[in-house]
Amino acid sequence: MLRLDDVTKRFRIGALGGRSLTAVSDVSFEVAPGEVVSLIGESGSGKSTIGRMILGLQPITSGTITFDGRPVRQGKEFYRGVQGIFQDPFSSFNPVFKADRVFAMVKDAYFPSVPGPEWAARVEDALRDVRLNPGQVLGKYPHQLSGGQLQRLLIARALLLEIRLLVADEITSMLDASTRIEVLNLLAELKSRGLGVLYITHDLSLGTYLAERTIVLRRGSVVEMGPTGQVFGGPLHPYTRELLAAVPRLHQPWDDATPVDTCAYHLNGGTGVLAEAGSGHFVACARLSTCQ
Amino acid sequence: MSLQVSDLRVHYRTLKGDVRALDGVSFDLADGEILGLVGESGCGKSTLGKALIRMDGRMRRTGGTVALDGEELPIDDDRRMNDFRFRRVSLIPQYAMSALNPTRKIRRLVAELLRSRGAAVDPAELESRMAHVGLPPAVLDRYPIELSGGMRQRMVMVISTLLDPSLLIADEVTSALDVSTQKAVARALLGFRDSGYVKSMIFITHDLALTHHIADTIMVMYAGRLAEKAPADVIVKAPRHPYTRLLLDSLPEVGVRYADRRLDGIAGSPPSLLDPPAGCRFRDRCPLAGEECGEDPPVTELAPDHHVACWKA
Repeated sequence: MLRLDDVTKRFRIGALGGRSLTAVSDVSFEVAPGEVVSLIGESGSGKSTIGRMILGLQPITSGTITFDGRPVRQGKEFYRGVQGIFQDPFSSFNPVFKADRVFAMVKDAYFPSVPGPEWAARVEDALRDVRLNPGQVLGKYPHQLSGGQLQRLLIARALLLEIRLLVADEITSMLDASTRIEVLNLLAELKSRGLGVLYITHDLSLGTYLAERTIVLRRGSVVEMGPTGQVFGGPLHPYTRELLAAVPRLHQPWDDATPVDTCAYHLNGGTGVLAEAGSGHFVACARLSTCQ
Repeated sequence: MSLQVSDLRVHYRTLKGDVRALDGVSFDLADGEILGLVGESGCGKSTLGKALIRMDGRMRRTGGTVALDGEELPIDDDRRMNDFRFRRVSLIPQYAMSALNPTRKIRRLVAELLRSRGAAVDPAELESRMAHVGLPPAVLDRYPIELSGGMRQRMVMVISTLLDPSLLIADEVTSALDVSTQKAVARALLGFRDSGYVKSMIFITHDLALTHHIADTIMVMYAGRLAEKAPADVIVKAPRHPYTRLLLDSLPEVGVRYADRRLDGIAGSPPSLLDPPAGCRFRDRCPLAGEECGEDPPVTELAPDHHVACWKA
């Protein structure tokens, strides 16, 4: 459904744009319908830039991104199938609009011919799908709603468009532990109805909860990708191992991953070429053969 | 006993009335103890942190006392608190990454800050503390913008603790950091306590797993009140308050998959603190709630150092 081929993004930086910074380099992957792919990386790894390029919010320097075989382009047609939700639900809403107006704008832009009562029923259905009580949220201003409610409203809005791909960029990082998991469970249900999700996060535990496949990014390049169980159960790249070791866990002491000192990644900060290490499990490690 | 808070009540004044953000919280903090303070947004954890160092204009103490090393803290007297701030009570703010003056190099910034408090810089001590958190001395000759977020965070940590405060309040210091930086920052905080730079610490966070790794004691707050307080291992392994249990059950961990084990959130939301209902404030969301929950549950010590405010515990 969604396909990225050798996508690269360079930003011009410096006073006159004289220097360039490669934020994303040669990234390729696919997201199929009903599949959750998590894109994991630390700040500056390029994960959000990838999300923005998929949504057509940022031009691509080289490579191609296609949705159903057609290149990504801003426009109604495209956004009917693909929507993005971002980290901060409070700034995603216009503070002077009540929640119903947000939905009315969707109707005006995409479904002008749908009669009012039918639209109202659709809105209520979408709200129930995201476990919101329509009576509690419609007619309220954004500041009267909690972050979890707002984030679910955004998902409901995306559902009204009958989207097939959702780019979810850190959507739960501002939510409390108790509501966070509800948003994730909701995504899991939508996934079983055929929604493809690109779940962008820096939180490894949230990434593993949902995703079939995981992509680990470092400095704009994919260092490891494959089925989630394999990437986190048997990480091959030292960077993935380090990341996993740094995650605080409840019932285990923090283990000190001793960096592999013969590792190319540690010697020069470079990465190897992505190579297949198991079925569907790719690793960019120059020393893969000797490290295993 | 480093810090004693008894029955502290802090309200926010709003047009609609008082929001009872802290409604009768009592606890002690021993010398050398790190207290992890966890809870959902709006539970009063940040209000507690702020009350101990600087109350903003909307905050008002309506009852209770705070004593630091046996001396009462004048928390609602902004001017008299100045004698305590930085020297006796210090803060690493949530916005530590953007807390440094962008127009000064770090060396000058530190010197000016200390001079304003009538203290002088001991360059050797400063550099050794920076080395402690992994910052090279060259950082002193850089502008804040030249440092990464994690480095700025660690620099603020060093500055905050330069005068060896008795109490350090760390408010969500790791929530904006990547996991690997987060680990380094958490370790550095532990090191500060172990080297005696700070005597005791309150570590405010919403991340239970992280708190478990650095705190000696964990205090769980709910809707302005204490829900449970116990040694960190006890909170994680044998929690007694239903809220703590549900909170622990809702935490995804690496390796937990939706397909294998579905985690559940806690349905509902905390009550409004504008006019909170009588009785246990968790009762509407609590699976165990019964009739007695209509009355305020007292904080009882179930086992040594294990305090729980619940009728059903």
